[in-house]
Amino acid sequence: MEAIIAVLLILMIAGSIYTLHARDLLSAIVSYGIVGFALVIIFLFLKAPDLAIVQLVVEIITLIIMIAVIRNSSKEDLQERTTVKVEGVHYINLRSALYLLVTGILCIGLFYYFVKSIPGLEPFGVHTTRMATTYIEQGAELTGSANLVTGILFDFRGYDTLGEATILLTAVIGILTILRIKGKKV
Amino acid sequence: MTLFVLCFILFLVGMYGVITRRNMIKIILGLCIMEYSLNLFFVLIGYVKNGVAPIITKGTEQATFVDPLPQAMVLTVIVIGLATTAMLMAIAIRLYRKHNTFDIREINTLKG
Repeated sequence: MEAIIAVLLILMIAGSIYTLHARDLLSAIVSYGIVGFALVIIFLFLKAPDLAIVQLVVEIITLIIMIAVIRNSSKEDLQERTTVKVEGVHYINLRSALYLLVTGILCIGLFYYFVKSIPGLEPFGVHTTRMATTYIEQGAELTGSANLVTGILFDFRGYDTLGEATILLTAVIGILTILRIKGKKV
Repeated sequence: MTLFVLCFILFLVGMYGVITRRNMIKIILGLCIMEYSLNLFFVLIGYVKNGVAPIITKGTEQATFVDPLPQAMVLTVIVIGLATTAMLMAIAIRLYRKHNTFDIREINTLKG
């Protein structure tokens, strides 16, 4: 069980590394699909069927939007090579080397603090339901919903869902505004 | 423990992409990867060993459920993530139409 999830997570990491390094944008987006669909399988293993369904739908819509965006655009990657070839001799590109160095230091620092803070978490598979105890025990009687996730989402935390709907509306208005107005020529 | 570390490595990969890539689409993909790893982390924390999915049916009276609260939160986050991704994509295609490139270092005509 834990081993299967670990293998799927390694597949996700490999897929995301290929996504960021692919030469062609279309293959980058297709390999980004690996990450999302592996996440769907992991959600099913972690006993979260609602999340798996929603993630599947959202993943497909995201892929369609992305492919529609890059369909009529340039698909090449714009990355600088890490080595520059001048008169047959390879030189290290200083700017991209600097970026890599800064990112490496940042990642190692963050990773160190994460590993240091792991003992404060409960180990995988052990969880004390503090707030959700009431939800689990009385959720069915109070909300009348057999699915506890739906009961929490639409009853106990209905205002969160209202805020989510507000964000969706704002995003749609923003997209319409961005795509409608004509830009100034510079 | 292993799963938490792997999940955080996925987050770091996304952050590496956001910092070092030059292509706008790749930056957006990196942001989405970070969001996925966060969703996964929430659900991993709420998992209970030998738990069942939080749906009450016949035969689950004695069983332990996995925590339904992180799942409800993540459900909200997934939908909001779709909205923000669509908005970022709209901005990207808008900039592409104006500048004819996805390269963020060539789009430097922002004037106040």
